Amino acid sequence: MKTEKKKFSKAPIGDKVFIIFIYVLLTLAMLIVLLPLIYIVSASFSDSQAVIANEVWLLPVRPTLRGYEAVFKNKNILTGFSNSFFYMIVGTAVNILMTILCAFPLSRKEFTARNKVAMIFIFTMYFSGGLVPSYMLVNKLGLVNTRWALIIPSAMSTYFMIICRTYFINSIPDELYEAGQIDGCTPFKYLLRIVIPLSKPIIAVLTLYYGVGKWNSYFDAMIYLKDQTLVPLQVVLRDILILNKIDYTMISDASALAAQRGLTDLLKYSTIVVASVPVLCIYPFVQKHFVKGVMIGAVKG
Amino acid sequence: MRATMSREKKHKIKNSNWQFWVIIAIPLIYAIVFAYIPMGGVILAFKDYSIKKGILGSDWVGLRYFKQFLLSPSSSKVIWNTLVLGIYSLIASFPIPILLAVGLNEIKAVKFKKTVQMVTYAPYFISTVVMVGMLMQMTDLRIGIINKLIGLFGVGPINFFGNANIFRGLYVWSGVWQVTGYSAIIYIAALAGVSPELKEAAIVDGASRMKRIWHVDLPAIRPTIVTMLIFACGNMINIGFDKVYLMQNSMNLARSEVIATFVYKVGLVNADYGFSTAAGLFQSLVSFLMLIAVNKLSKVITETSLW
Repeated sequence: MKTEKKKFSKAPIGDKVFIIFIYVLLTLAMLIVLLPLIYIVSASFSDSQAVIANEVWLLPVRPTLRGYEAVFKNKNILTGFSNSFFYMIVGTAVNILMTILCAFPLSRKEFTARNKVAMIFIFTMYFSGGLVPSYMLVNKLGLVNTRWALIIPSAMSTYFMIICRTYFINSIPDELYEAGQIDGCTPFKYLLRIVIPLSKPIIAVLTLYYGVGKWNSYFDAMIYLKDQTLVPLQVVLRDILILNKIDYTMISDASALAAQRGLTDLLKYSTIVVASVPVLCIYPFVQKHFVKGVMIGAVKG
Repeated sequence: MRATMSREKKHKIKNSNWQFWVIIAIPLIYAIVFAYIPMGGVILAFKDYSIKKGILGSDWVGLRYFKQFLLSPSSSKVIWNTLVLGIYSLIASFPIPILLAVGLNEIKAVKFKKTVQMVTYAPYFISTVVMVGMLMQMTDLRIGIINKLIGLFGVGPINFFGNANIFRGLYVWSGVWQVTGYSAIIYIAALAGVSPELKEAAIVDGASRMKRIWHVDLPAIRPTIVTMLIFACGNMINIGFDKVYLMQNSMNLARSEVIATFVYKVGLVNADYGFSTAAGLFQSLVSFLMLIAVNKLSKVITETSLW
């Protein structure tokens, strides 16, 4: 810190101005991202009348939890939450398993067909049948309106598989495989006993990527699910936030229309916060791994 | 001795091939079923599909749907919207992450750097539904904070979602807000790999910070920039379904209908399978050709390419 200051005071004026300019710019960028988020959180804790009357700027006005009460009284949100957790946990587990099973053989040069097989997968990144043929297939397989429709058709992402393969190639030394072979280790045993235990960082990254993706996706649910009891949170959110389909029975004392209107907006703010909390909570913890994962994929993938 | 070792090894290696096949079998079946079978389904684009006859039994119609898609005024508007939105997105969202990364790279105060990075990164985790919901709340005519803010300067109120002319800006700049921090990571990683010796040499030569960025940092990360640009150009026409569909309403439809939403509505909502598949296939082919063209161009101009 001290040397930094010393350097700075010694630096030519042009550089000083430049550095100050960068600090100002980055602070501005940070504020542009942060202020809307703070506003949403504050509005969600504010009195509904204050929200309507435009009294909320950055801090909550006459703090209340009524918005959150309304959120947790909403049955659709609660079933949405539990469905989303199901899709996230089961879906991510399937994703990880498939990704590893695919990436491992493709990472071993002993697998003689690996380049040809890799091409089969890579081609799917650039070309697809599109929406209608995919829908017809899922329909034909009898997956429409079942939970599996959100898990099986999206069981693996080729892009993440390639990131995983790159990690296997670059981070696990080849010598281990040779040593394993001399000890009579089959590829299957090698994968189980050596590769997976050594791949915790990449598995953490993939878990987060896939998990966030599953939590946030709504398109598959929108086209494949009709049963309201199966839909994930994002579909419920879409009804509330975008289509304004709000079940007014959940607002207990909704006698006055004006109050109802205010509570609707309050409910929206609270819903936005509640829906984002699970992902934003885990994010700082895994950020370190995450950055590493993006780098692995970006530089060599 | 050595020869026998390697022969023995080769023997073992040959034997273990089938085990690799066993391991990769399930992913391979998955790819064939869920990627290649639908690819076969693109013949729908050339057929007059009837449920009774099935895909293979339906009558061929040749390029009728393609002509219909490319020639009808309503779909050329859709193609135009897709292109303009794609180009606008690319121009607006490509350079800003590089600026952010270069800026962050100049900062030596670790805490400040980490905070900026963490904050700008966070919106990436907000789901599209929530993001559009936030945008709608904040631009609301009555209670939206953005209208309140511009009201202070005597402007507005503006009906952001009800005005087709504002749709593109709203779409693109909210996208910039959401993904700039995330996109910057790739460049931050690349900048971290720039050799310190080069920078020291530049300092000895008396280069100012600006000059060091221009002559050392940017050339060093040029391959990364070009690679990302090739991807971005290849994807330009692939304006995704999710956000556009959520932001769309009858008032901004003139600008917000893109190929992806069009394919969905014509195909799944109106069940016009052949026409919708033709539209989707057109989009896939254009982006595929674009990827190849941009890659080739970049190979010639910058000697960087994806393959």
